[in-house]
Amino acid sequence: MEEQKWDQPMGGFNAASRSQMAEAAAGGEESQRTLYPYVTGTSVIALKYKDGVIMACDTGASYGSTLRYKSVERIKAVGKHSLIGGSGEFSDFQEILRYLDELTLSDHMWDDGNSLGPKEIHSYLTRVMYNRRNKFDPLWNALVLGGVKMGPKGAEKYLGMVNMIGTHFEENHIATGFGNHLAIPILRAEWSEDMTFEEAVKLVEKCLLVLLYRDRSSINKFQVAKITTEGATIYPPYSLKTFWGFSHFENPAQGAVGSW
Amino acid sequence: MSSIGTGYDLSVTTFSPDGRVFQVEYATKAVDNSGTVVGIKCKDGIVLGVEKLVTSKMMLEGSNRRIHSVHRHSGLAVAGLAADGRQIVSRAKSEAASYEKVYGEPISVKELADRVSSYVHLCTLYWWLRPFGCGVILGGYDRDGPQLYMIEPSGLSHKYFGAALGKGRQAAKTEIEKLKLSELTCREGIVEVAKIIYGVHDEAKDKAFELELSWICDESNRQHQKVPNDLLEQAKVAAQAALEEMDAD
Repeated sequence: MEEQKWDQPMGGFNAASRSQMAEAAAGGEESQRTLYPYVTGTSVIALKYKDGVIMACDTGASYGSTLRYKSVERIKAVGKHSLIGGSGEFSDFQEILRYLDELTLSDHMWDDGNSLGPKEIHSYLTRVMYNRRNKFDPLWNALVLGGVKMGPKGAEKYLGMVNMIGTHFEENHIATGFGNHLAIPILRAEWSEDMTFEEAVKLVEKCLLVLLYRDRSSINKFQVAKITTEGATIYPPYSLKTFWGFSHFENPAQGAVGSW
Repeated sequence: MSSIGTGYDLSVTTFSPDGRVFQVEYATKAVDNSGTVVGIKCKDGIVLGVEKLVTSKMMLEGSNRRIHSVHRHSGLAVAGLAADGRQIVSRAKSEAASYEKVYGEPISVKELADRVSSYVHLCTLYWWLRPFGCGVILGGYDRDGPQLYMIEPSGLSHKYFGAALGKGRQAAKTEIEKLKLSELTCREGIVEVAKIIYGVHDEAKDKAFELELSWICDESNRQHQKVPNDLLEQAKVAAQAALEEMDAD
């Protein structure tokens, strides 16, 4: 198992994985820690809009290069005010959901009118991810945390991300995995403050379409979710229309010469 | 019914010649002297109510909660020594959490009642521990529907349609028996519980009290929560009106 080189389509992971492989080769010790991810989800896109935060991703989970699972929900509601989206190792994402469930349960039982907001949950997740990284046993994910909570200045929107090495930040738009390379340039060019829900969905779909064409581990089945002061809504999965009618695709053997 | 257990009442590990464990009975006395706690099982859920005796005018309203959530689907109302009660609640919460961690699904109310009563009973088995000076009414809503359990300081636990603990328990039980619980919805049940508590409250002996009501029903999404403020106010008004009617004749 240690000799296998896994294709790592996710952008930021390569640095960490190289050092881990070097360690395993050098030490030769039986490693009980996470070395590589097995079942992985690809990009998650999220952006702030007028009423809150919108988050979207596809519903696929790959087993290496096999598109093994095609109906996986990678965005979940957390508490009353947040959404979490996860790319990377799906089992680690499930474990994180369990931690969050325990967290929100004990919060709920206090019954004192307080509830955990997106900023607090992001902070909690950052601590969890960073501490696991320090033990060389990371939760192999890039998590997107978005939400809205009423504060002293009204409805305060929040969007941030944290990844397997504990890097975390807050932004108006987030993308993980291949989205970092393909979606962020689009979001930077076209995102604006206070977009309507329809505009936000259109922008997100533009990014998802690019990813569908160019990321080999994405599938044409997406889920969009939004979080507003009213609560979280995760819409049912749907597909985007793609166009393959390019002239080059029509007769691919046209320019082929030779016998090989 | 007080009998002097001279010599046989010093330790919880001593039986009296007539087979009684006096320490446990004394613990029960602590429960009998506290504010009334009532729980009823309605057609669509459970209603728990507590007559929270206010010991000082300086106390903030809503503080010193006597009804606690143990998990999303259950609540515990405590009668007797409040501090002892918190310990039981804490244990119940951790039992519920550990069950879910191991089995992957929320603990059933029956199982939870079992665990709480085992814990309460445990403290009656060793001389270095004292029994809990509180009785609890556990209400929960799981796959088998709404259920109500009462656990006494002896560790005895039974399933009930309606239960009451504390000072006004005899009167409360009489009132509960008059209700047609199988036809009552929780919305109606709230008003009934409020009426009972207002009814058994002794104006002469204890002055101020605060009514604490909680429910777990289909309307609350089978989650244990404080009764919403507007319903609480309505219940209080109805209870006070009923009280005045009673006083009038």
